[in-house]
Amino acid sequence: MPSIDASIARYAARFRPDRTPRTRILPPHLQALEAEAIHIMRDVAGAFGNPVLLYSIGKDSTCLLHLALKAFWPSKPPFRLLHIDSLWEFREMARFRDGLRDALDLDLTVYVNREGADRDINPFISGTALHTQVMRTDALLQALDQGRYDAIFGGGRRDEEKSRAKERIFSFRDRKHVWDPRNQRPELWRLYNTRLAEGESMRVFPLSNWTELDIWQYISEEEIPVVPLYFAAPRPVVDRDGTLIMVDDDRMPLARPDEPETKTVRFRTLGCYPLTGAVESDARSADAIVAELIATRSSERAGRLIDHDDAASMEVKKREGYF
Amino acid sequence: MHDTRPVEPAAWTGSGDVLRLLTCGSVDDGKSTLIGRLLYDSQAVFEDQLRSLERDSRRYGTTGEDHDLALLLDGLQAEREQGITIDVAYRFFRSDRRTFIIADTPGHEQYTRNMATGASQADAAVILVDARKGVLSQTRRHTFICHLMGIRHIVLAVNKIDLVDYSHDIYQRIGDDYRRITDAMDFATIVPIPVSARFGENVVHRGRLTPWYAGPTVIERLEAIPAATAADDLPFRMPVQWVNRPDPDFRGLAGTILAGQVAVGDDVVVAASGQPARVDRIVTADRDRTAARAGEAVTVLLDTNVDVARGDVLAAARDRPEVSRLLSADIVWMSDQPLLPSRPYLMRIGSTYTQASIVRIKHEVDIDTLDRRPARQLGLNAIGRCELSTAAPIAFEPYVRNRDLGSFILIDRFNNQTVGAGMIRFGLRRAQNIHAQAGLVGKARRAAMKQQKARVIWMTGLSGAGKSTIARQVDLHLTEHGLHSYLLDGDNVRHGLNQDLGFTDADRVENIRRVGEVAKLFVDAGLIVICAFISPFRSERRLVRELLGADEFVEVFVDAPLDVCRRRDPKGLYKKALAGQIANFTGIDSAYEPPETPELTLRTDQLTVQEATDRILGLILRA
Repeated sequence: MPSIDASIARYAARFRPDRTPRTRILPPHLQALEAEAIHIMRDVAGAFGNPVLLYSIGKDSTCLLHLALKAFWPSKPPFRLLHIDSLWEFREMARFRDGLRDALDLDLTVYVNREGADRDINPFISGTALHTQVMRTDALLQALDQGRYDAIFGGGRRDEEKSRAKERIFSFRDRKHVWDPRNQRPELWRLYNTRLAEGESMRVFPLSNWTELDIWQYISEEEIPVVPLYFAAPRPVVDRDGTLIMVDDDRMPLARPDEPETKTVRFRTLGCYPLTGAVESDARSADAIVAELIATRSSERAGRLIDHDDAASMEVKKREGYF
Repeated sequence: MHDTRPVEPAAWTGSGDVLRLLTCGSVDDGKSTLIGRLLYDSQAVFEDQLRSLERDSRRYGTTGEDHDLALLLDGLQAEREQGITIDVAYRFFRSDRRTFIIADTPGHEQYTRNMATGASQADAAVILVDARKGVLSQTRRHTFICHLMGIRHIVLAVNKIDLVDYSHDIYQRIGDDYRRITDAMDFATIVPIPVSARFGENVVHRGRLTPWYAGPTVIERLEAIPAATAADDLPFRMPVQWVNRPDPDFRGLAGTILAGQVAVGDDVVVAASGQPARVDRIVTADRDRTAARAGEAVTVLLDTNVDVARGDVLAAARDRPEVSRLLSADIVWMSDQPLLPSRPYLMRIGSTYTQASIVRIKHEVDIDTLDRRPARQLGLNAIGRCELSTAAPIAFEPYVRNRDLGSFILIDRFNNQTVGAGMIRFGLRRAQNIHAQAGLVGKARRAAMKQQKARVIWMTGLSGAGKSTIARQVDLHLTEHGLHSYLLDGDNVRHGLNQDLGFTDADRVENIRRVGEVAKLFVDAGLIVICAFISPFRSERRLVRELLGADEFVEVFVDAPLDVCRRRDPKGLYKKALAGQIANFTGIDSAYEPPETPELTLRTDQLTVQEATDRILGLILRA
């Protein structure tokens, strides 16, 4: 495996004005999904004054970034990237983010809820719910208010979760960033209603019609670099109520110093390391993940601790402004 | 003309194009169960989702001990409790042959708008019928919307066949009934299939209890439906979404090709202006292309610097789209606020917005009987054939020829809600033969002769607020100052010019439109026009404002609380309205929308007539 830095450098070269032409052709369903996503992103660039791409460093938002690089080439994407840093993410994520930012010369803002950080909000002590509320949802709303963004790209997909399945591609938010699932604008053809009043905003989901499998096939076909945590490797993990948590730094409370055991694991989603379960897997490449997904029988949100409280919990979080 | 030119071949020959389909049925037809069954039997349901399903089935389920597959789909908390689906939800699954995107739309009758939304993107529809009930008026309604929205292929799932003892006769009778109601509609294929969604009969797996049925299962049929033709054989069309200018030498027109093919060297035009150019480069981030086709998102560079912006349509020079400002279209109305002729709406078509208003409603379609009937307005979920006029010329294709270039949405200009969906039938030529005749004497000159500035003083407010009283005083004082004014008053106009109009919302809109046009003529004649009209709707007042020049419209809100107006009741109208003798009375059973930013507000419960008059005169005489 080439190092991640080398992959990122090679990747960035593809978007230089003097790029070497790529001749690889996508399968038809990915061609259609890619064209749809590019169409949506260009529509936003044309219709909104101050868009932003919410970049979470995960595979979906890295695909989103890839699509933006393609949609506006040879220009850079005409909007900023925003990362909400909870201060509890895997260390490899920040490394990857900064590598990509430097290689592609991206306009990227990292936002931290300083008040939450000062109060030492912590998933172990404060609890999952409060941590997520303060360091993710509150932080996002603060960053959006400060930036006065009118369109916010997110990497959400309709196959992820039941309440997402009903969300529009252009999803209206009122001045308080609240989503009202019962009062959504009908969305017909490719004619997105981009009209807003002062202070209102639109969350835009170009990957709405993609599935997890589509994402991995696209990453494989398009050779998009992703955070190496997605690929299987021996990692130190502890078992917490049946969920494998990786010991990413010394903030992780351990029962005994020798508690962590080394297992070959990978992650299907990335976020705060204490809240993200690993799966045992031998898939060391995007292709291997595609093969694994075709065989697997577990949905990707199973590894996300915050979604478990109740089947309807995502809907509640979304109404409050969570992505 | 493009047929002979080679387009870059798609190297991929493996499985998997995308079929978008719509499912429709009544609340109890078992639609969610059918989709759940499709997902479950094609193994698109994960183990943890199944565990969650088992838990939910115990909590909300309606099938006793079995998994209630419908619960896989009903996404929103409240819906899960009510047991009905209320909005459009999208589902994804694959078979060995292709990828499917299902738009799951509710069957309940007040949700026509959701069905139209799901249908707008679908290539095929699965229509459910309960075998015990047969073809209902709801079935007919769903089928008509599919037809209207341009769906070509129908799969008729005759569901709950287990509850009629797997009866061949019932299946056949329902198929025959259905063919009768679709006689006049133009579907490419209709395939009836006997199904038990609950037990999985003929959904993914072939049923053993319907040995008399030799046709395809639902999934087999869905795999065989030809995907939407990519509109390759139509002439080239591409709305420009974004102009790409990284440096002065590169001016790319970014957009998705919606019809036809384009190649380097092709002659194209900007549709609305007719400016010609030749295609110099076709760019994607991967590589420069020699040609591209419908469905692809590309960036086109032209050989000359023509005037092109977002919203323009690039088109084949030798086969240009129709361009018109007057259109005939079918409209599905999606708002509680009815569609009213003359009211301006915002129209989005392609990548452009323009203002549009309905000139007239030719008829409304009764979707239960498919009868046409005259209509003065369209209510929520109504479908009507209309003539529209647009502020800017529109380049389009008839909807039956190309959905993307023949569709539009209408947006309320005040709350930005999407209120209507339209499908263009054809352009009307009438407007092209009428050209405005400019006179030799302009309004500025006429006003200068009178030593005044011509304008409209528009007084709006509830009946009894004092509009007419103040207006008469203003008129008198202006005359005494030697100025030339004219008073247009609601009651007087309704005795002559507008004697054919009543007090429905549609008639109120037309009333104000006519008054606005008359006021405009008087302003052209150099007069100060004082208008005293309840004019309850913001959009019509804005319409009049937009008919006039920037500072020619002075909106005066004659504001008195409703109970004050009711106490005054100078014409005894409130009394009658409250007694039910007058319908649609503003403030009683018809809404009044106060101005948001009037030039002047007069609280007539706090001012004398003289004070109110002086404030208006101050405004006019000062300027």
